[in-house]
Amino acid sequence: MSGALLQVEGLTAGYGAAPVLHDVDLAVQPGEIVAVLGANGAGKTTLLRTLSGLVRSSQGRVLLDGEDLAGTKVEHLVRRGIAHVPEGRGVVTELTVDENLRLGGLWRRDRADAKKALDEVYELFPPLAQRRTFAGHQLSGGERQMLALGRALVARPRLLLLDEPSLGLAPKVTRHIMTLLRDLRERTGLAVLLVEQNVRSALSIADEGVVLSLGRVVVRNKAEVLRDDADLRHAYLGF
Amino acid sequence: MSEFIYLTFDGLSRGLVYAAFALALVLIWRAARIVNFAQGAMAVAAVYVAYSVTNATGSYWLGFVVALLAGLVLGVTVERVVMRFVDHSSPLNGVVVALGLVLIIQGTLGIIYGNEYLPVETPFSRDAFEVGGVAMLSRYDLFVIAAVGTVVVLLTLLFTRTAVGLRMRAAAFAPDVSRLLGVSVGGMLTLGWALAAGVGSLAGMLVVPTELGVHPTAMDVVFISAFAAAVVGGLDSPIGAVVGGLVVGLLLSYVSGYIDVTVAPMAVLALLVVVLLGRPGGLFSSSKARVA
Repeated sequence: MSGALLQVEGLTAGYGAAPVLHDVDLAVQPGEIVAVLGANGAGKTTLLRTLSGLVRSSQGRVLLDGEDLAGTKVEHLVRRGIAHVPEGRGVVTELTVDENLRLGGLWRRDRADAKKALDEVYELFPPLAQRRTFAGHQLSGGERQMLALGRALVARPRLLLLDEPSLGLAPKVTRHIMTLLRDLRERTGLAVLLVEQNVRSALSIADEGVVLSLGRVVVRNKAEVLRDDADLRHAYLGF
Repeated sequence: MSEFIYLTFDGLSRGLVYAAFALALVLIWRAARIVNFAQGAMAVAAVYVAYSVTNATGSYWLGFVVALLAGLVLGVTVERVVMRFVDHSSPLNGVVVALGLVLIIQGTLGIIYGNEYLPVETPFSRDAFEVGGVAMLSRYDLFVIAAVGTVVVLLTLLFTRTAVGLRMRAAAFAPDVSRLLGVSVGGMLTLGWALAAGVGSLAGMLVVPTELGVHPTAMDVVFISAFAAAVVGGLDSPIGAVVGGLVVGLLLSYVSGYIDVTVAPMAVLALLVVVLLGRPGGLFSSSKARVA
């Protein structure tokens, strides 16, 4: 597994005394889409929050390009190329669309490229371009998801941690977002760690799937294998 | 009629000071969800610094500038040394710590400067100009208007036009998301406290010379009026703080002028009750305002 962009080894983490994640191993290669699947409460969101440092791990390591991320502040991760789009979309609802997007690139020294990235996001999501001055709370669910995703892309990340992008969205919007992720990967080499309850749509674009159950990795395999394994789908994924 | 005009100008001038002080409370509330009950004591500390500097150098303006800087430094110190370590799981914790700070600051000032009123000068005359025999504004009132107006304009520009202002707003509204986007939320919090304490010091510098002078508890009554102004405006809203300050200033002026000065504090409380009954979030609260 050398050369992995993100390498997670024996990660144990949680809130308070009882761990939610137990000894989790996984890896994301550059340009790879890895889907993290599992039922409610399996620890998917906690996994992403631990990777970005919002939840402290009690054991294990998280390596980015082979470098241990322990001790890296949450606010410095984006500089290292990790963008985390949290569950519930994470749009700052009091700020406008434009302010939300600008916020995504404020840390960047290269102001010209930050501006260029912002324009690209508007091209990618025309509905956002039409609503630049709207406050976040005035947007529909789909638009908020576009905004959260677009804001992460303004940072030009190498790795996107994406938490339940399809939550509460119409199937058509979900398909649009999944297609977009695949296109982005092809165009920019973006790697994605995708947490999803919507197993079908996640496996439709993922290269690899990791199934979490009660905080443990129970299966790690190629996405097409998981798609075709009826027993596994019944046991853990509910379809 | 002439009395009404005089009371109106007097109320507006006074109201601007409450507005500045209320603005300081709103800045901290927005950033940290704490009502900073120590704001008055912190402002008095800055006024004492000005008092010492002015007495030592003979320059009012040097004292004025140093007081504002002292306010900024005090704000940073209070946030970094005390408030950062308060457990925010209950909103009461911050309040109790702030009240503790009041006792510490006022006690320390009493030990250093004594517990009597020390006279403080104004940089301009407080004699009102007369227009057609009607007393209007004094030069000092104009100074107050200019000073508070400048602060309001600068803060508005900071929050709406600059990257730092955008970071500060984002950090206040959504701390976790902001950190994921590379915003140093702790740094923004410190900056918020510094700005608030600076604005609070300005309010102290403006109001103390118009009353009995500087005393460790000189800002206590002002704090109550400004707190009422901030709550009337809606604690989340800077515009609300300014409007609330002007409303409270006018009310105090009219009630003192037409009824009696001793009734004035009751009038402020009555205003508070009426506004909170009608609009529990305050006049300018948005529907999105969150509870602590």
